[in-house]
Amino acid sequence: MSEIENKAENGSTESAGECTAGEAKDDKGLGLGVIFFIVAFVACFLSGTLLFPKLLYSKKEQPFNFDHELHAGETGDCETCHSVREDGSFTGIPKLATCLDCHTEEPLGETEDEAVFTEEYVSKEKEVPWYVYSRQPDSVFFSHVAHTQAAGMDCVSCHGHIGESTSSRVYEENRLTGYSRDIWGKNIFGIKKHSWDRMKMDDCAVCHKEETGHQGYCFQCHK
Amino acid sequence: MKVDRRSFLGLGLGAAAGIAVSPIGMKLTDDSSIWTQNWPWTPVPVDGEVSYENSVCSLCPGSCGISIRKIDGRPVKIEGLADYPINDGGACLHGIAGLQYLYDPARVKTPLKKNGDKFEEISWDDAIAYVADKLGDIRKSGAPEKLACIVGKDQGSVSGLFKRLLKTFGSSNFYTMPSLESYLELTAATLHGEGETISFDLENASFVLSFGAGIIEGWGSPVNCFKANASRKQRHAKLYQIEPRLSNTAANADKWIPVKPGTEADLALGICAVILKNKLFDSTATANFKGGLNKFGALLQKDYTPSKTAEITGVKASDIEKIAILFAKAKMPVAVFGKGRGDGAQSLKELVAVHTLNCLVGNINKKGGAFVQPKTNYLEFPDESMDSIAGKGFGKTKIGPYVNQLVERVNASSEPVVEALFVYNANPCHSLHDSKNAKQAIGKIPFVVSFSSFLDETAMEADIILPSHTFIERLEDVPSGGGLAKTVVGLTKPIVEPLFNTKNPGDAILLIAKALEGNIAKSFEWESYEECLEGVTSGIWDSLSEEGFAIISEGIPSGSAKVNISFLAKNPLTVQAQGDFALTLIPIDNMRLISAGVAASPFAIKTVSDKVLMGRDIVVEINPLTAKGLKDGGSATLTTPIGTARVKVNFDEGIMPGVIGMVEGLGHTFDNKYVSNKGINVNDLIGPVIESGSGLDAAFGIKAKISKA
Repeated sequence: MSEIENKAENGSTESAGECTAGEAKDDKGLGLGVIFFIVAFVACFLSGTLLFPKLLYSKKEQPFNFDHELHAGETGDCETCHSVREDGSFTGIPKLATCLDCHTEEPLGETEDEAVFTEEYVSKEKEVPWYVYSRQPDSVFFSHVAHTQAAGMDCVSCHGHIGESTSSRVYEENRLTGYSRDIWGKNIFGIKKHSWDRMKMDDCAVCHKEETGHQGYCFQCHK
Repeated sequence: MKVDRRSFLGLGLGAAAGIAVSPIGMKLTDDSSIWTQNWPWTPVPVDGEVSYENSVCSLCPGSCGISIRKIDGRPVKIEGLADYPINDGGACLHGIAGLQYLYDPARVKTPLKKNGDKFEEISWDDAIAYVADKLGDIRKSGAPEKLACIVGKDQGSVSGLFKRLLKTFGSSNFYTMPSLESYLELTAATLHGEGETISFDLENASFVLSFGAGIIEGWGSPVNCFKANASRKQRHAKLYQIEPRLSNTAANADKWIPVKPGTEADLALGICAVILKNKLFDSTATANFKGGLNKFGALLQKDYTPSKTAEITGVKASDIEKIAILFAKAKMPVAVFGKGRGDGAQSLKELVAVHTLNCLVGNINKKGGAFVQPKTNYLEFPDESMDSIAGKGFGKTKIGPYVNQLVERVNASSEPVVEALFVYNANPCHSLHDSKNAKQAIGKIPFVVSFSSFLDETAMEADIILPSHTFIERLEDVPSGGGLAKTVVGLTKPIVEPLFNTKNPGDAILLIAKALEGNIAKSFEWESYEECLEGVTSGIWDSLSEEGFAIISEGIPSGSAKVNISFLAKNPLTVQAQGDFALTLIPIDNMRLISAGVAASPFAIKTVSDKVLMGRDIVVEINPLTAKGLKDGGSATLTTPIGTARVKVNFDEGIMPGVIGMVEGLGHTFDNKYVSNKGINVNDLIGPVIESGSGLDAAFGIKAKISKA
């Protein structure tokens, strides 16, 4: 074997040995990499799940607390306040005039909220700027009367047990779209347990498919 | 363990995987799609309870019934009112865009008083006291006739109140802007006698011979005319349109007869000549003629033979004869006058010559013809209380018969001929011929009170502005006009609470009258304009307030009309265009624009074709034969004896050679970015030409030259 060849063999042996040593080191490096991966994965997943919704939604308090349970108890139903007009359109959240069917400038109750209502709105003849939890985007047409009267659905199916609430929960507004969190649902993954947990287009389609045999056409809601 | 590149790779991959599995991607994709479908800066109409209220549009003399859709009390849409006796559900683009006037950027929001070059806000109390003080001084000086007033039209109770204030103040200087209604009355007064007016039964006529009347260009009562024209085919009725350019009406007609501008009167007389010569007239009707029918006939056979008329008008002699025969033999013919929209400059010779055709063929007060009947006066004002100053001042003669003479006298005199001027529902600084001259005159008057809702060209010249509610905010009686075969008075109702600190002009007049005290206050003893309106319309108030309108006259008037032909028998001169240039510039009335009173709304301006307005440049129509040296779509300099303008050129074979057409109603200069500084005002290029005998401004155009810019 020539000197040159020897050198070459030695060289290759050396390099092979280094290579082996290097693989052992790489294993450890990979281990750290995996830890970094896992840490980053968990951190990002958790922020995406827990922190992101907090950043995406701004929290807004209603002008004052509204006791649905009390009002529903007094009136006996939802329709007294949330009525359907003669032309079939839905009144939504009642205007001050509807409140004044029962209320006067004199508070009916002794709560602080009642005082705010009479002082800030009734006596100033100002509409209460309620945040609407269930307001759909403007690109969506929805007819209440077709669902409640023609199809005989109850309010709870979509709105849940809001009629039994004693206080107004915080309204969460999507900073990007400006719409309520209730449309997507409280669960950021969009998982729902009840029919009223989420009000996205798919939820309409699923129910339509079940009830009518067809999920409906685009133009029925997006006019 | 050593932190190396792979660790960072792990960190990066972990972060990416963590985010990918988290709901961020899914949620942001969904949100961004919602965001892009509902741009937050796009205004969205607020949801609410829908209601409808009926009212009457007073933007033009059409006086259509309108239905205003409101959401939670806020008006959002104007539609034509079904079953209304004038428009039966129809509406024009100005009417449907009427709500834009409510939010017009140029609205005067509170009374303004000029201090130097600027306007300052002032309270209503101070404004009224200031006006009363100034007027009081004029009255004390013993020259109450130096108070003048210009209103849009002499119809309705608000105009009536202005007239009454002037009379009790002691001035007869009450002027109206040119209008089709005033031309109809003047033509009727010349041919049939004072106090009469003319209307046309276009809905039933079987042959309409229109001398330039833009039947679908906003002439008369526009929606009614559109409907009458639309039913023409079903009724197998014919429309012959005589005018120098292929307007929409001409394009829609059965025949377009191009005529040299300003020779329409000659053509009408040429047709009269054929009818008389061939004995095609109705002898029962001509039996009612006085004032020299023979003399008139002789004049026609001498000066208006078909060949001579053909030479003057550019219409072939054989065509003149054919038209005359067709017109005379038609079952229900009607000749219609009033070039364009009928509210611009007109020659009395032309109006009378055209209406003489109706008189000759005996279609007066017959189905499908022309109706001649006394002017309707449904207003019953109590007698005025006149003191000696009022009596003396009112007895003095007017400064001039028409607003053009008023402008001329004010400009010509070194002493103030007019000390104070009221301007209501008129914009003479834009809509009178030689508008710069009108602006100079109004600027020269020491005290100008404007009642405009908008800070328009004339209001800018005012010393004080007492802003009026727009027609959506006020109560007013609106009589129909524009040659409509029936007379309907509509009630414009306040649809919304006034947006700004404005008043009904009727109430403003009452306040001024009360502040002037004495006989003037005594003549205005109503508490409010509403009380006044109810009082002066007592005969029809029940119908007005309950139905929203009252029909004053309907159907074919009874009786025949006497005809006095002496005006034409005297062979009045035909008005010539001012200047010596080779071409003739004529104004064009376009349905999408408004040439008198208010400016067109932003919506209406947006609908104007780029063959009329290209960007900010006005486009003139010119026949390719005349346009030597010019380029289609290129720029040119248009020169007339009174002005020069840079324009764009549109080659159009639909306009006669030698004629240049320029649209009316553009070139506003007041502070409304959607409407102003678009094109130029054709009235800056055309000067008035006063017709001898009538005193009317009868400038149908002006001589002009055009060269490449």
